[in-house]
Amino acid sequence: MSVLEIALSVPGRVTAAAVAEPGQVVAVIGPNGAGKSSLLRAVAGLVAAEGELRVDGRSWSGLAVRERSVGMAFQDQLLFPHLTALDNVAFGLRTAGAPRDRARRAAQEWLDRFGVGDLARRKPRQLSGGQAQRVSIARALATGPHVLLLDEPFSGLDVGIAATLRVELARHLASYDGVTLLVTHDAIDALTLADVVWVLDEGRLVQVGPPREVAAQPLTRHVARLVGLNVLADGDRLLSFSPSAVTVSPAEPAGSARHRWPGTVTSLAPHGDAVRLLVSGKHELLADVTPAAVADLALAPGQRVWLSVKETAVRSYPAAPGPPGPQGRDR
Amino acid sequence: MSSPAEPRLGRPPLVLLVPGAVAALLLVVPMVTLVVDTPWGQFVDQLTSEAVGEALWLTALASMLTVVLCLLLGTPLAWLLARVAFPGRSILRAAVLVPLVLPPVVAGVALVTALGRTGAVGRPLDAMFGLTIPYTTTAVVIAHTFVSMPFYVLSVEGALRSAGEEFDAVAATLGADRWTTFRRVTLPLALPGVIAGAALAWARSLGEFGATITFAGNYEGTTRTMPSLIYTLLQSDPQLARTVSMVLLVLSVAVLALLRNRWLTRP
Repeated sequence: MSVLEIALSVPGRVTAAAVAEPGQVVAVIGPNGAGKSSLLRAVAGLVAAEGELRVDGRSWSGLAVRERSVGMAFQDQLLFPHLTALDNVAFGLRTAGAPRDRARRAAQEWLDRFGVGDLARRKPRQLSGGQAQRVSIARALATGPHVLLLDEPFSGLDVGIAATLRVELARHLASYDGVTLLVTHDAIDALTLADVVWVLDEGRLVQVGPPREVAAQPLTRHVARLVGLNVLADGDRLLSFSPSAVTVSPAEPAGSARHRWPGTVTSLAPHGDAVRLLVSGKHELLADVTPAAVADLALAPGQRVWLSVKETAVRSYPAAPGPPGPQGRDR
Repeated sequence: MSSPAEPRLGRPPLVLLVPGAVAALLLVVPMVTLVVDTPWGQFVDQLTSEAVGEALWLTALASMLTVVLCLLLGTPLAWLLARVAFPGRSILRAAVLVPLVLPPVVAGVALVTALGRTGAVGRPLDAMFGLTIPYTTTAVVIAHTFVSMPFYVLSVEGALRSAGEEFDAVAATLGADRWTTFRRVTLPLALPGVIAGAALAWARSLGEFGATITFAGNYEGTTRTMPSLIYTLLQSDPQLARTVSMVLLVLSVAVLALLRNRWLTRP
């Protein structure tokens, strides 16, 4: 059981203060350059950081990387290329002092648990991306770390393989009582794997909350786009609504809709059964329409249209905390 | 001479063809004539003479010890240059590589100023321990190591850099200290560079002449290596000089073949 308390600053990269409870899976999300990987590396001790880092009340700030109880899995796996899958997983157990035979037996159990037990004798170059990532996560977990750091573990994998691995990982993380920090670019990871989401933007932690709450009331444009919502600033509040709630009309709509904007269609793309329009005007908005409507309205890039949303489809919530609103960011 | 590209791109122009052919002849002809002029009839008899045997043994000993010293001392130096950011690192790296381009006879003179009987290091060694290095087999090994080590360090440092520090970081997250990481991760990953570096150092040591004859002299049985023997024989017995030269040529070609087949083709 581990409590992770962070009040860290990697100069020029990221500043964040937060607490994660034992067993929690924290999804760390944000655009490129937001400082996600720097935060993970600071927790591992791989980059110099100022501030305080505590695990179970014990300060890690002065500890070298190898003295910290972390397991780390990387986007490109970084399995030791000269060692077999088995010896990769056994590596951490050996450095912890386990005799070779016992380390190998334990490593074999870990590989079995991840469904790659029959690949134990293979070298990393003989493994597929999905297999290698399983070995790499097994290697990170094998030493029983207090903190598990997963840096975009599904990036670069085929969609289908990533989906399978996500389900498996959820099962393993459910029985893991340390804290997991999972850096991800994918809303699905955050929604399916995480108990808490930390949203980073331009090196700052701007939103912390359960995945559903963050997905429903995103404070940054990046998250709004990840979960496929339109988000607008309205004074000190934010308005969010789904692209499917947007009505597209060729002229200014009559009637009571308070939220209406003129704009120009900039792109059309298939989105499930619908067609997703990107319309730019005062705001940049997404609207989902049926293929029939595209034909009826003769929608094409450059076309002038009006967008409107019913009041009942709009969710309004405070923009605070976190000064960066969604407007004009991450463009 | 018809490569598939030739018809479309045209014949090689004479302005490139002629100098290229001259260069090839310049490199190949002397080796061919050496092979032709070698008195093959007495080849084995000549090699079993005592002078040749001693020189062969001394060359083998010196080159092997040179490789061992490179492995034991050069590997840590390459690691320090590749992995530890210390003040003056780039200056040290440049200094370490100077012997690559230094004329060997200058290397010999430099060694005399350091380790000679009146040298900065040699004098206290003599005074305190009664050790004199010049004109001994030890001097041969030191001279060989001096000229060979840069090849080794260059090769291994490059291999350490391309092996990537990321794996060191992974090992650290798995609880490994730097020595464990070096033994179990860094060195195995750099092994092709270590082997290539050792072969280069060995080949360099095999042919070493200028620094050795300057610093260690040319004494039969203690400092007369194969190249020094060839130099000596050229005046008294040119036939035997060719035989001994032929032996070195064969050894050099063997090193090259070894490198090409095993390690030079791997990045």
